[in-house]
Amino acid sequence: MMRVLAANGWTAGLAGLLVLLLVVTKLIQPSFGVSGLDNLARSALPFALATVGMAVVVIAGGIDLSIAAMMAVASVTAAVLMDGAGDGQAVFAVLAVLVVGLAMGALNGALIVVTRVPDIVVTLAMLFVWQGVALLILNAPGGGAAPWLRALAVGGVTLPGVPPALTDWLPRGFVFLAVVVAAIWWPIRRSKLGLMFYAVGSDSQAAYRSGVPVGPVRIAAYAVCGLFAALAGLAVTMGTGIGEPIPGPYLLASVAAVVLGGVVLGGGRGGILGPILAVIVLRLVRMDLTLLSVDPNTAAIIEGLIMVGVVMFGAVLATQGRKT
Amino acid sequence: MTPAPAPSAALLDATGIAKRFGAVVALRDASLQVAPGQVVALMGANGAGKSTFVKILTGALKPDAGHVRIRGRDSTVASPAGARRSGLVPVYQEPSLIPDLSVADNLRLGDTPVDRFRHWISQLGLPGLRQDAMIRALPLASLRILDLARALAVEPDVLLLDEMTAALPTDLVERVLTVVRAQADAGRSVIYISHRFTEIAAICDRATVLRDGLTVGDVAIEPGIEDRIVEMMLGAGVATAAGTARRIPLPQSVPRLSVRGLATGTRLTDVSLVLRPGEVLGVVALEGQGQDELFDVLAGNRRATAGTVEVDGHPMTFAHPADAIAAGLTLVPGDRAHALLMQRSVRENIALPLLARFGNWGGIPARDERTRVGAAIDRLQIDTRAQGEVRRLSGGNQQKVTIARWIAKGVQTLLLFDPTRGIDIRTKRQIYALVRDLADQGAAVLFYTSELAEVRLACDRAVVIFNGRVVDVIEAADADEPTLMRAAYGLTEKTGLIDKTGLIDKTGLIDKTGAVA
Amino acid sequence: MTITTTDTPTALSRLGRLMVDNPLLPLSLILLALIGALAILNPAILSVFWVSNTLKIAIPLAMLAACQTLTMLTGGIDLSVGTAATIAAYVTATATPLIGAPAAMGIAMACALAIGMVNGTGIAFARVHPLIMTLGTGLIATGCLLVYQRSVISTGTIYPEVLVWLGTGRTWNLPNGLFLFIPFAALILWAQRRTGFGRLLYAIGSNEAAARLSGVRVWQVHLALYSLSGVIAGLSGLLYLGMVKTASLSLALPLDLPSVAAAVIGGTSIFGGRGGYGGTILGALILTVLATMLTLLQMPEGGRRILYGAIILAVTALYIRLTDHS
Repeated sequence: MMRVLAANGWTAGLAGLLVLLLVVTKLIQPSFGVSGLDNLARSALPFALATVGMAVVVIAGGIDLSIAAMMAVASVTAAVLMDGAGDGQAVFAVLAVLVVGLAMGALNGALIVVTRVPDIVVTLAMLFVWQGVALLILNAPGGGAAPWLRALAVGGVTLPGVPPALTDWLPRGFVFLAVVVAAIWWPIRRSKLGLMFYAVGSDSQAAYRSGVPVGPVRIAAYAVCGLFAALAGLAVTMGTGIGEPIPGPYLLASVAAVVLGGVVLGGGRGGILGPILAVIVLRLVRMDLTLLSVDPNTAAIIEGLIMVGVVMFGAVLATQGRKT
Repeated sequence: MTPAPAPSAALLDATGIAKRFGAVVALRDASLQVAPGQVVALMGANGAGKSTFVKILTGALKPDAGHVRIRGRDSTVASPAGARRSGLVPVYQEPSLIPDLSVADNLRLGDTPVDRFRHWISQLGLPGLRQDAMIRALPLASLRILDLARALAVEPDVLLLDEMTAALPTDLVERVLTVVRAQADAGRSVIYISHRFTEIAAICDRATVLRDGLTVGDVAIEPGIEDRIVEMMLGAGVATAAGTARRIPLPQSVPRLSVRGLATGTRLTDVSLVLRPGEVLGVVALEGQGQDELFDVLAGNRRATAGTVEVDGHPMTFAHPADAIAAGLTLVPGDRAHALLMQRSVRENIALPLLARFGNWGGIPARDERTRVGAAIDRLQIDTRAQGEVRRLSGGNQQKVTIARWIAKGVQTLLLFDPTRGIDIRTKRQIYALVRDLADQGAAVLFYTSELAEVRLACDRAVVIFNGRVVDVIEAADADEPTLMRAAYGLTEKTGLIDKTGLIDKTGLIDKTGAVA
Repeated sequence: MTITTTDTPTALSRLGRLMVDNPLLPLSLILLALIGALAILNPAILSVFWVSNTLKIAIPLAMLAACQTLTMLTGGIDLSVGTAATIAAYVTATATPLIGAPAAMGIAMACALAIGMVNGTGIAFARVHPLIMTLGTGLIATGCLLVYQRSVISTGTIYPEVLVWLGTGRTWNLPNGLFLFIPFAALILWAQRRTGFGRLLYAIGSNEAAARLSGVRVWQVHLALYSLSGVIAGLSGLLYLGMVKTASLSLALPLDLPSVAAAVIGGTSIFGGRGGYGGTILGALILTVLATMLTLLQMPEGGRRILYGAIILAVTALYIRLTDHS
């Protein structure tokens, strides 16, 4: 009913905003074209993947402050494993990193459930732990990335049998994002597990009474978040060609994108598309500010203000929603 | 007393259930037998142990002693899912549906058979319900029906309904009662928990009454049984306190507190009362009749949606408890966990209101505080050191600390919400004496109690609230327990029972008190 | 029906209660044990100089940890303290050549206060969770700092005399920082127990609803609290500047997370309502000695981080276990 309309309306609004921003970008720089789109895709990819991971965990009623640190672990693990290795080993490296991501997330979730310490505290502590792990693996940016992996996110898409002109403009980065999200999230969303995520996030008491195994479901949500954190870390390595042990600004960015994307911080509401659109919007805003030759530090302030403003707004909305 | 069915023939047999939480005994020896095709009412006053009993039946708690058998097999339930497998399905007072999912999604989540669910939905009077409706958007009455339909769809052997009709309009109530009766006729059983005699008389075969953790009676429902049931719920007369002469409040032209037409939320609809200085006014009501909301509004913790409050003749609106406190209205909440800083010391708890205002944030005048706190501790005879952690005190002493807080600050109008719940008799008497003392010194006291015997001991008169309205005002002299109990149940005049053909009798009961709104 | 639990204490729960009620005892023991271990590892290291140096290093940490202690008492946290301290330090260093030390320090403190007030406003009125709010404010403040940095890139830096004296000087073999820290600590210790404000912090952390019912306007306390936290962070930044004598853009950031660790180890519950600055001071000392030990053991930075995280988690889980009967 109204809720469903409202939720879709929000996403539609974001899509509209994105289109508007693209038009504005074209106006600012008429030469903005395929390569510009490609740049956008590449810079947005790690943020988008991190946002998806955060969205999943927030929908299930939690939060994971260690996401940027988990990304760092994934990034350096991939870089170290792939450094100077052959293609076969690179595939193995990617798989290993994904497994590591799942394990990290699952550990976060298990600690939360078992120790009954609140999620914020546990993931804050694990933030240090994962940071430390990343530093132990690689204490300075370094390592390498397989060329084919890097190529996955660069340039346009070419499909066999289809004239290049049709698909050339489509950035691989976006396609990669779409494929990954579709492969992982869609099946979950349609399954009972996805339903249980929403149930636990909405009202864990009622979920328990409906027979949902609340503990394991929460662990699963954190594990999925870890998986996407690993993918995001891989994206960082794909983009830069090396591993980064210092976590980037992905925590606040993903939280802000999640809230801006229509997912309620309290859990139970929202989807994945909204946050993805939101993160692209935010990156596009940054890109526009750069094109406008705005001082990058001022741009950072503006971005920070937008993010904080959004999160504050979201928090207010969350408390309003809970009151009914 | 007609004998209960022999346990072996019973569909559900709970015998000898005992449960204690630390030092508090919730259930001593509770039992309940339900034969196939029976509807059994489970009744008992507040604090009789009903909710603990229900939790044990549904598997949310394990009993210390006794057993629960369904179809002769020990039902060792450990979770809601387990209870369902054993054949007992509860429908709780709070809806068990996920607010942010649709009806269809909720059904999927609980593995509810959709066809049967739809069948029951139309039987219960909501055929137009859309599968994609969002739970959050549905009214409470619909949610309760949904819960019931979900429960019925799994074809339970024993259906447990906790205050099923509490939020329902008349037409839905009739449907529910019809469906419940039909369950029984089909050989299944229902445990029906309710305060409403009219419904119990309409559909129940028997009633099991709990008091003080014991099953004190198991009777067949027949005309005139309500008086017996009321008697059983109250028990033999409680030993009365040493006689205290009834005080006559000073006549005053301006009442301390004047409430007119107060309403808020769904449960408080229209309450008016007058409280004078020097008077102790009791408030009597069953659970959930609007008294919580009334006290919340008066304490400044909640806004009223209608009505006026006047203090000493001046109209007031409170945006924050600090406003109410400034107007002299101070609340002693019913749940000590809400009122006390458990981890902090007695002194910190008692001195808290003194520090609230910004002007008092500076250094604490140690001597002054010690004197005030000490005086309050003495006055209330709290037997502990001021430094002790509140968490370690007995319930009685904890309650005294809650009251002491306002003694230290100075009492004008005291709002006491069930101050003696779960407290030993000695402390209770101390509290009654204190209340009278305060009133003698000019304070006005509003005293909500769930224990009817107290009204006579502590109050000058009492208002009875039912369904969010004041239905009676009774002087202390006339405030014996049966009278109060009947008023609390909305039975303000002798009404006959309803026969079991399923229709609610038009005794005028419903129109007068708005019982089934 | 209300429930009161009877006391049937096991040895473990009695020990637990002792620890929780008087955290100073076990903390002092831990500190002594660590020093003992250090002595075993390298007997030569223990000297008056070492003690003085340890104290010197521990002071800024202990001051930042005061911010955490106070905010954690209400169930909150302040992750912008490192940024606030850094900004105060940087502004002082770069503005002194232009307008002199007192004015520069004044402006620096004003910046720190502003950060605190923004935090307080967001937390008090918009009810944003303190963790997220302070994280965000820190980010914005960092951005502002970077912008400021570009405009003063050529002015050079001067470190005010008084700060250098406080930061690196010694009197009677003890660091001069103690001249600032001892009154500071005394003030905090007095305030938390003997002022209305301090009591209210404990009250709000213990049971915010009860505090509200007793007439406390919680938003006032939150606003004042986070503003105060900003001021303390600014002060720590100034001291740290005197100690390190570098105008760095990430001066105090490495102290951010250890300040939380120091408060948690010191017995302040992250849920609010219990703890105190005394324990935090010991916690800061423990962490500083631990850092020396880790350096001696040549434990890499990564290992140290893991240890921090594991300690915080273990201590919090233990507190939950021990206070479980409530």
